[in-house]
Amino acid sequence: MASLDDLKKRIASVKSTQKITKAMKMVAAAKLRKAQESAEKGRPYSEKMNNFILNLSSGISDKENAPKLLSGTGNDKVHLCVVMTSDRGLCGGFNSNIIKKAKSYFSKILSEGKELKIITVGSKGNDQLKRMYGDKIIENISFKESKNANYFDADKVGKIVIDKFESSEFDICTIFYNQFKNVITQIPQAQQIIPLNSEDSEDNTSEESYEFEPDEDEILSNLLPKNISTQIFKAMLENSASEQGSRMSAMDNATRNAGEMVDKLTIQYNRSRQAAITKELIEIISGAESL
Amino acid sequence: MSEEFKIEIVNPEKSFLVKEDVLEVVVPAYEGEMGILKDHISIISFLKPGIIKILSKSGDENYYVEDGIIEFKNNNLSILTSSIFNTADMDKSLQQDLLNQAEQESTKEEITDQSKYLIDQKIEVLKTLN
Repeated sequence: MASLDDLKKRIASVKSTQKITKAMKMVAAAKLRKAQESAEKGRPYSEKMNNFILNLSSGISDKENAPKLLSGTGNDKVHLCVVMTSDRGLCGGFNSNIIKKAKSYFSKILSEGKELKIITVGSKGNDQLKRMYGDKIIENISFKESKNANYFDADKVGKIVIDKFESSEFDICTIFYNQFKNVITQIPQAQQIIPLNSEDSEDNTSEESYEFEPDEDEILSNLLPKNISTQIFKAMLENSASEQGSRMSAMDNATRNAGEMVDKLTIQYNRSRQAAITKELIEIISGAESL
Repeated sequence: MSEEFKIEIVNPEKSFLVKEDVLEVVVPAYEGEMGILKDHISIISFLKPGIIKILSKSGDENYYVEDGIIEFKNNNLSILTSSIFNTADMDKSLQQDLLNQAEQESTKEEITDQSKYLIDQKIEVLKTLN
């Protein structure tokens, strides 16, 4: 059994850990509010952008000559995966969930005999992936300096992706991120951004005819690269809200666990203190009796 | 009959501006400036660097944009842009920063004709602001 002194030390250390996790929880809660707000504010832009593209692509005259970003290269040999994670740890299963989702996708692609390229955004994803897929990672981007997700950063990632697409380095691009549902639930998402998935375009059959200036094709070819950046930005916003939410609940759990541990240790401490006192008393009494 | 329509300007971070009492908007469309009044035909176009002029009942406003897409439909004008500034809030140093940045870009050699054109446009507009 641990000595009284040891127990005292452990209690003190658990208590200070608890203080840290409690502080982190509060910070995460404050940041979460902000991140959630900006995720909500960012939604109109990406929604409008999506609507534009749907309107445009339904109006496009010549499907064969549609921009490659929309229709794809016609191949599906090389897959590019953009895995978006956080730069900081201590946020529960946030990063592992994305990685898990990504890994299962990777192994599916590899088992089909296709080529895989990975871009990691955020250092935690890179740390976890480089052991198994180190040779597949072609780029690692991290925005440690930027406090909040901003469009400028997303645009940078978008430009890299488009550059690589234009130099035909890949055929299909998928981004991985966590979608923020609520504080407890974040859903890891795999979203294909190149070529654009037209699955959800069915419900949008607006008969409205537009006038285009210049023509559709030119607008589309201008709009599509922007849409890539917008989708990445959306993913970044969702991710940052998810990260804070995940951290908040993880830290909440940690604080509670620490509290339970302190209680348990305190009981143990009191018991052994009592035992020591009893032992001393017995010694004194039996000593007195023997006289 | 009222001659007003609604304008909404959205940038990636937030909904930048919503106004319901707009009488006329002049946008720097790709093929030249374009004035939009109520009951304009549905149109989609994109913007080059320039000034968006909004004339409304509650006063006129000017915004400097670098790029963007506009859509006009059912008397709703939506403008999506990644960089927009109210010219009233723009101070000299911000203008100068943007100007320097643009000038630096225009001196690059591997630049395409189209982006060269856009940057020249940007420089011109920024100079007129000064």
